[in-house]
Amino acid sequence: MTGYKQVPGLVEVREVFGETTLVVERERLNEAALYLRDKLGFNYLADIAGADYLGWGGEVAGSWGSDGGRDLNVPYTHGPSLVAEPKPKRFSLSYHLLALRDEPLRLRLQTWLDDGETAASAVEVWPAADWLEREVFDLLGIVFEGHPNLVRILTPDDWEGHPLRKDYPVGGEPVRFSEEA
Amino acid sequence: MKATKMSSVLSGPALYKGTKIPSPVPSWLQVDEARREDGNVIQVNFGPNHPSTHGVLRLVVDLDGEEVVGMRAVIGYLHTGFEKSMEQKSWWKAINYPSRIDYLSSFQNEMVFVLAIEKLLGIEVPPKATWVRMALSELNRIHSHLIWLGTMGLELGVQSMYMYCFEQRENVLDLFEMVTGVRVHGRYCQAGGLAEDIPPAFVDEARAYCRNFRKLIGEYERLTWQNKMWQRRTQGIGIVSAEDAIRLGLSGPNLRGSGLNWDIRKREPYLFYDQVDFDVPVYEAGDCDARARVRIDEMRESLRIAEQSLDKIEQLAGEPWIADERKVVLPPREELQTSMESLIHHFKLVSEGYRVPAGEVYVPIEGPRGEEGCYVVSDGGAKPWRVHFRAPSFLAIAAAPTLCQQHLIADLIAISASLDTLMGDSDR
Repeated sequence: MTGYKQVPGLVEVREVFGETTLVVERERLNEAALYLRDKLGFNYLADIAGADYLGWGGEVAGSWGSDGGRDLNVPYTHGPSLVAEPKPKRFSLSYHLLALRDEPLRLRLQTWLDDGETAASAVEVWPAADWLEREVFDLLGIVFEGHPNLVRILTPDDWEGHPLRKDYPVGGEPVRFSEEA
Repeated sequence: MKATKMSSVLSGPALYKGTKIPSPVPSWLQVDEARREDGNVIQVNFGPNHPSTHGVLRLVVDLDGEEVVGMRAVIGYLHTGFEKSMEQKSWWKAINYPSRIDYLSSFQNEMVFVLAIEKLLGIEVPPKATWVRMALSELNRIHSHLIWLGTMGLELGVQSMYMYCFEQRENVLDLFEMVTGVRVHGRYCQAGGLAEDIPPAFVDEARAYCRNFRKLIGEYERLTWQNKMWQRRTQGIGIVSAEDAIRLGLSGPNLRGSGLNWDIRKREPYLFYDQVDFDVPVYEAGDCDARARVRIDEMRESLRIAEQSLDKIEQLAGEPWIADERKVVLPPREELQTSMESLIHHFKLVSEGYRVPAGEVYVPIEGPRGEEGCYVVSDGGAKPWRVHFRAPSFLAIAAAPTLCQQHLIADLIAISASLDTLMGDSDR
């Protein structure tokens, strides 16, 4: 864990479920990426996963917790905490990195951003980021500054909205010819 | 050619100087402007319904004569929004979805999602369930590699291969049918273990299959490595160096074909892979031939792992196959007639589902196509907040333009086949 102290823009290091998460400032994402690749040997970008936390911690998916103490009438309050911790911003971007060497090491590089904020593209750091960033842009609407070809990839080019956002309705896509029926 | 011992990970040879990855867009080989002005370059749409693209993949190819001078891939024709759908379902209903994403490694995709749930729950899986998962994972790998070999043969003009492979593939599916009741989308994994006990006859049937199939691998090798047509169309075609393969995010057999001794089963063991004896085939040429050889050798290793797992399953006959954790696992059927508490648990689990502690995890496993990863976020509720799959095919298709440079249009078919991509996997 001490090895991550020097990472540019470091906000916090978390060790949960045996996985290390490195939260960095959005503005210094690229610096942090370069540092991790060149100084710490994270040469392999396995995945970029974005997530939308709109409505997080509310009544959406149920979140009884153990804050009020043990209550046998409320299930699970005697088990592990089920309280969803508040999140700093709406979107998270998680870069799952791997140091591909004899003693492999995995790391989650994470940054947080609000709607309308952009992240720096990592294509120059790891070419694998090309399509992975396009996917995040397509499904969550996060813009990657400096990406050489940021267009939709999984949905059609003229698709409206970003399906993996929490305010995008399920089954709400327009059906062709429906108004002509 | 073949690296025999467990060599260092980064021992891949320098197959060419520098990098071949196109710039500025790594997944887009753009035509040289001077060349386009010559007027000899024509743009051809390869797909999306071309039979050799294994699904619906569209390649926009710029050709100068027969030579590929520009290329980009267009995907998304099979996008069905699985990740969004899974957010709407309770955890145990969502287990149905992953096997539809990569439908050739259906069991392993289902398992990686269940492993992620189990990691969040902190639930311990009984050893028998883990050994069954390993045996089925390896049979699943054989199944996937057989489809790859059959269709690659079809495309390279070794058409009898297709029939031989699909016959054997049916036999693997028969084993799956025996265990799960259906051929492909079994939904046999359950958080905490398995959906039901393995049938008593499975071990013998699977052993007979392994015995028989081991002989056939030699036949496949004769049909490929001794076949001039196969050799000419794969050797020296689609070379990618170890360094470029890492930068492009290639994984699994595609990495091992470039001389990298990287296998998640060995390097970051999950299940009981650290307790079985198997080798990791590695070839150094980095071409289509090397990637194909890795996969055929891998089928042999899968048989070895499967047979060792079958021995363990036999020893553990009568042992529990699911964790005794009533807040997550359905109670035994017979208890429902006599125990009120079991009935309540059953009702709660089926109607509302179990709750999973808040947190985020990423679980990678070695699938037939490479690193299958599952990123899961839970808010402590009965439904996943976010599920994301790391699709090995997605990154392999993005890498195709790097491999296709200075090759002919016919090589394009061999290259896309040798990357073993699956559109269901890449489009999700």
